[in-house]
Amino acid sequence: MNLKINGTKHVVDLPGDMPLLWVLRDGLNITSVKYGCGIAQCGACTVHIDGEAVRSCQVALADVWGEITTIEGLGTPDALHAIQAAWIDHQVAQCGYCQSGQILQAADLLARNPEPTDEDIDAAMSGNLCRCGTYPRIRAAVHAAASAIREM
Amino acid sequence: MERVGTIARRSFLIGSASILGGVAFGAYFVTRPTPNPLLEGLAEGEAALTPFVKITPQGITFIVPRADVGQGITSTQAMLIAEELDIDPATVTLDPGQPNQAYFNGTVAAESLPFPAWDQGIVPNTVRDLMGQVARLTSSQFTGGSSSVADLHETLRFAGATARETLKAAVSARTGIAHADLRTEDGHVVLPDMTRISYTELSAEAAAIEPVTDVTLRPVSEWTRLGKPYQRLDIVAKSTGTQDFGIDVVLPGMLHAAVRANPGRGGGMAGYNADAALAMQGVRSVVEVNEGLAVIAENTWFAFQAAQALEVDWLPPDYPASSAEMWQALVDARTDDFRNSRLRDDGDVEAALADATVIEAEYRSPFLAHAALEPLSATVLVEADRVQIWTATQIPAVVRDAAVKLTGVDPSLVTVHALSAGGSFGRRLDHDYVVQAIQIAATMPGTPIKTTWSREEDMTHDFPRPLHMAVGRGTVGNGRVLAYDLDSISPSLVSSWFGRIFIVPPGPDTMLVWGAFDQPYAIPNYRVTGYAAPPMMPIGSWRSPGACSNSFFHESFLSELIHAAGADPLEERLRLIADADSRRVLEAVGEMSNWSGADIGPGRGRGIAFAHTHGVPVAEVIDVTMTDRGIRIDEVWIAADCGTVFDPVNAEAQLTGAAIFGLGHAMNCELTYENHAVQQTNFNSFEGMRLHQTPRFHTQLLQRAERVRGLGEPATAPAAPALADAVFAATGERLREMPFSRSVDFI
Ligand code: FES
Ligand code: FES
Repeated sequence: MNLKINGTKHVVDLPGDMPLLWVLRDGLNITSVKYGCGIAQCGACTVHIDGEAVRSCQVALADVWGEITTIEGLGTPDALHAIQAAWIDHQVAQCGYCQSGQILQAADLLARNPEPTDEDIDAAMSGNLCRCGTYPRIRAAVHAAASAIREM
Repeated sequence: MERVGTIARRSFLIGSASILGGVAFGAYFVTRPTPNPLLEGLAEGEAALTPFVKITPQGITFIVPRADVGQGITSTQAMLIAEELDIDPATVTLDPGQPNQAYFNGTVAAESLPFPAWDQGIVPNTVRDLMGQVARLTSSQFTGGSSSVADLHETLRFAGATARETLKAAVSARTGIAHADLRTEDGHVVLPDMTRISYTELSAEAAAIEPVTDVTLRPVSEWTRLGKPYQRLDIVAKSTGTQDFGIDVVLPGMLHAAVRANPGRGGGMAGYNADAALAMQGVRSVVEVNEGLAVIAENTWFAFQAAQALEVDWLPPDYPASSAEMWQALVDARTDDFRNSRLRDDGDVEAALADATVIEAEYRSPFLAHAALEPLSATVLVEADRVQIWTATQIPAVVRDAAVKLTGVDPSLVTVHALSAGGSFGRRLDHDYVVQAIQIAATMPGTPIKTTWSREEDMTHDFPRPLHMAVGRGTVGNGRVLAYDLDSISPSLVSSWFGRIFIVPPGPDTMLVWGAFDQPYAIPNYRVTGYAAPPMMPIGSWRSPGACSNSFFHESFLSELIHAAGADPLEERLRLIADADSRRVLEAVGEMSNWSGADIGPGRGRGIAFAHTHGVPVAEVIDVTMTDRGIRIDEVWIAADCGTVFDPVNAEAQLTGAAIFGLGHAMNCELTYENHAVQQTNFNSFEGMRLHQTPRFHTQLLQRAERVRGLGEPATAPAAPALADAVFAATGERLREMPFSRSVDFI
């Protein structure tokens, strides 16, 4: 099976029914993609396929329909994406375990809706659980990232 | 601090030393300094100036022994050292170190004593001091109880100051320049002629001289880092997916394991058939572990699948099978036979209740899972002469000792690589998952094996917050609360948890009544009685243990009495409280929220609650609105006083995070049992708060209290009663049972 992840081609030899989450984590050692529930309830495993946020625990390897982006494909410590910069500015993370998923979900939202209201953010991001309760800063960081991107 | 006389002190110590480690030490040992563990592993030319600072020609390492479970303590520990050492902590290697006596936690031991934290009298303080010494001698190194900052803030600053002054002494010895003419800046000693010598260049010379331990800490006014908004050292990693958690360990040749344990905790197995599992793709073996079986496979997914395919004949455990039976056991335990403590007994409650109309109410708080977002995991490599463990734990010394017991290696041959945790909320104060991982890896010496619990295992085999109930009885008159009697009933957390991890301390279970007996109210007739119900399944510490339930009971019942008295909830609390720190947070939350009573208009309500937990007084005011989609929490105001704040940005996050934790579980969550097994095994039936339920927060830290305290937990406890109070103000309905979603709908 061929996968394109963050612009790089990978070949994997794993069963077609294996969830993309585990292909990425255990097959390719891309551990920024997190396991939290395995049943589409937490959003920790969120990645983009062709720019759309999906729960990688729910996508079988054989069904991957496009190019995958993980948080590394969004930005890196040396070249931050505007959303990551906003997340850092607002010091959103506590344990940080949910945050790759949160940021990728926010990127999906802002690509579709450059100026979201609180209600829009709630609607788009409520599937991403944060057990540490970083929600107030998530809201603030999404707004900040939205205006930063609009001004770019 | 005042002390009692030497003889009394020694006899108390010897009498109490068994509390944590089972050993009694004489006063001599108490005053002998703890050895510095870093001195052992040093090469020529390297210096370990204190147990917390290591300097080599290659670089500087800070030992930051308290585990980061999301509360940001790694950063705070580094910042405390850096403030005195004059170095950018981002240029320093941070190492959690190996379990060692030098990194003991004295605050937690002291907090478990039967004295309220706000009681700073001579006896409580003397005993607290001694308990800290006992903890040091028994090496109880653990992270919990919101204790890290309280316990280490001076130690770490002294470590930085000692290192700094010793480096200056080394330069003084080298150059002949007077110590007083040297200063330090950004990782260098600066000479009067502005020559700069880097700390790393001085490591050999510093190692050769006696450390300068006669140092004074810089006053707050001179701080350049602490107390100012600064960037958490892990924030970039946690915003870019580059932070490694315990579950992310990757080692060459590593295999993966999953566990399938008896859903009835401790029940055991009559037998099993592993044929189907062993026939599955990528499966290497099936092994027996504590509480059940494990599958070793080529990846986690294969292991998860095969664990499900195991056919196991589980035996039932010996605790009640259903929630209904468990509640009945609590109801039945409210008798003299189960009475465990009466740590508050002011005035004459019996007499006060006898000649007045008694108001009575019963409250319930359910079992709850910790459910940190990162499921439990540990990676272990067992070799002939060495055991290595990679995991996120709050009790590294207990983990090390378990490895010694299970494999027979010498403690010095066990390495615990303590990693960041994706949350904990108290769950990593147990090490059952590491024990299983060691058992699994021991079956394949030479191969590293990562054991990962599925979310379902994580929730089924939690050590949950225990179910807890209370009955309040009280009287009012002349617009005042006159009598308050609370019976608090729960299985004993101290017996269960301490019994697993250390040994069960003698005396009453203070945690059973935390958040109730220790509140600073001066009600004329005031009594709190703890009843320890028979043990059920093993239970654990859950963010703000004891108080997370008791504060709901205690404040809710107080609120009912105040309402019956016709008094204002804020004013009556202020009238009843003399403790200055507590009064200030109540006054502050009143100002912040423009308090003018619980009535804020039709379809709306305002509630208030106060709790003094982990040494921190916290007051919270909550506004709610009834909408056609359910009750919405609009605003939350929190005022707290933890003394000096070192990391203000993170402190605010801990206040709001703890309140969200308290609110989300109070609204939405419970674990129920059927056939001895937990019914909620994933986030579809147990989710806490989500973004759309999250209110706006306003916080204030007063920084007037004398003692420095931690903030990981204190804002949790008052959240539930403040919300219940607000819902009452809006609807007239008293919520006496959590989760509130049993009675009302939230948005
Ligand atoms: S792991 Fe995929 S949504 Fe939770
Ligand atoms: S930061 Fe810990 S789960 Fe979100």
